[in-house]
Amino acid sequence: MSTDVTGADVTGPTAADLVRADRVAGRLYTDPELFELEMTRIFERAWVWVAHTSELPGPGTFKSTHVGRQPVIVTRDRKGEIRTLLNRCRHRGASVCEKPQGRANGFTCPYHAWSYGLDGALRGVPYPDGYEGVLEKRDLSLRRLRTESYGGMVFATLDPDAEPLETFLGDARLWIDRFMKQGGGYPVKVLGRHRFTFRGNWKIQLENTTDGYHFPIVHRSWMASVDAETADMMSFMTDPTAVTHDLGHGHSVMQMVPAHSDLDADDGSEPLQARFDGLVEELSATLDPAAVRKVVRAMHGTGFNLNLFPNVSLSAAFFRVLRPVAVDETVIEHVAIGPDGPPELDAVNRARLRIHEHFQGPFGFGTPDDAEGWDRVQRGAAAAPDMPILINRGSAREKADADGHPTAHVTDETGMRAAYGRWKEMMGDD
Amino acid sequence: MTEAPERVPAPVPTTDPAVVRAIELVWREAELLDRAAYLRWESLYTDDATYVVPIDPDTEDFDGTLNMVYDDARMRQMRVVRMTEGYAIAAVDAARTVRTVSRFVPESVTGPAGGTEVVLRSAQVLVAFKRDRHDLWAADLRHRIRLAPDGPAGDRIVQKVVRLVNSESAVPAAGFLL
Ligand code: FES
Ligand SMILES: [Fe+2]
Repeated sequence: MSTDVTGADVTGPTAADLVRADRVAGRLYTDPELFELEMTRIFERAWVWVAHTSELPGPGTFKSTHVGRQPVIVTRDRKGEIRTLLNRCRHRGASVCEKPQGRANGFTCPYHAWSYGLDGALRGVPYPDGYEGVLEKRDLSLRRLRTESYGGMVFATLDPDAEPLETFLGDARLWIDRFMKQGGGYPVKVLGRHRFTFRGNWKIQLENTTDGYHFPIVHRSWMASVDAETADMMSFMTDPTAVTHDLGHGHSVMQMVPAHSDLDADDGSEPLQARFDGLVEELSATLDPAAVRKVVRAMHGTGFNLNLFPNVSLSAAFFRVLRPVAVDETVIEHVAIGPDGPPELDAVNRARLRIHEHFQGPFGFGTPDDAEGWDRVQRGAAAAPDMPILINRGSAREKADADGHPTAHVTDETGMRAAYGRWKEMMGDD
Repeated sequence: MTEAPERVPAPVPTTDPAVVRAIELVWREAELLDRAAYLRWESLYTDDATYVVPIDPDTEDFDGTLNMVYDDARMRQMRVVRMTEGYAIAAVDAARTVRTVSRFVPESVTGPAGGTEVVLRSAQVLVAFKRDRHDLWAADLRHRIRLAPDGPAGDRIVQKVVRLVNSESAVPAAGFLL
């Protein structure tokens, strides 16, 4: 299936014409009209990741975030149910909450003091006499989005007719289960987050989490700074068992370190990294050797990146969340996670924070280099926007695996083809 | 953090000779960073020094929280290698920066036998220019500086904490140091 990818043949009257199996138009990064369409057809229809359950530890806790460009509040109401509410007062439209996270009994709009419960219900209106006969409180709750969660990952959708979350996740569920095993037998909790902006299109970042090809080039400076064992662990470029699967629904999984894909599969032969000797000693004072091995072996997270279309990836040891702001502006969060266990594990989480800081965030040894690469893509795509962006690497060696998932080498663009296939589906005219 | 200061005149005037030396060191550091002279910058720090850019605006528990930067000597040395070796595309193509450090508030001047230590707060406004765009970075700084008994050439930074006004919000990924 050798194809000529040199021509400018990703043009046409509809958005769907801009995506082919092996190439997409550069316009996908630069066209503001396409961006508007993406916000309604993708971000207002798909299940969008909004929180991890550990961010809402008890009734009354909340966080502010976005679904596409729409501001929302994710709350845990009195009954413990997680809700996603549009952050827009039903009176005249003011935002009712501007705190990034916290604990509250409800939300009172600062403008005319309409007050809402944690479940979004309108509770009180000051000086109600003017509303006699014209206001029915039960019709004026904060708008609720459908909210469902799987494996601690909370998603919301603006589409009342969206398929159930579990159907949307499909075969990605197995990988979510595996990802959470890095808690070493304990649940996983959020430890902190880096937030940074890049002046480029959201899909450039979406691609990056399933781009094994860039790693040794862009992250050479990080590779040079880590110990030999860690660098060795990341030597997936030439490992034929390191593969990427298209999981369907636009999701994909890139297995960089297949031996760490299922952290429960441990025959005990792999030595723990010497850099954690001190930690092992500290933990061994209270934990049994098997428990110590479990949490220390998971120090770098799992051996894969799970890319969930459209806005979140579960990447080795952290969540990577993207938020489209404009056609050429995206905000990224790198959310650090660790085991939610007894206080002895604080040492594990401190070490995980240091590993996270080493690579991630606006001053990490990895993120700024990624961001520079993405910035270059955005700037370059301004030249001949109809010229194709190639996503054909490895398409000739892509085969179905035992489960029927299209699979190619970890450096191949299988995951991008999966995501753009879904993009094309959602952007097509119905 | 818990040692009782031996001498805490309150408030410490900025004209105090120890404070003047500390301010000069902060300015010297600012210039080295703007010139991307990272090897010389590194030599301003003691071996036990920490260089921190926290995310949580109020925390002093840098160990237990996520930071943008939390460097000990080893990480600092690796960071300097990263900034200077030419393999980090973000560092090679870094923004040019000009920073102003001012509004000094001497917090304490303490004088143990090994040398005077000055804790100095200040404001830093940094303008970064890259690809036709100016980015503004505003921060509160706190330096803990150890003055050498034999003159300013030996003065060293023991801790620097950079608290960005927008530390909890989204900042651009940077190819330079604060
Ligand atoms: S806009 Fe919210 S109460 Fe008026
Ligand atoms: Fe990367």
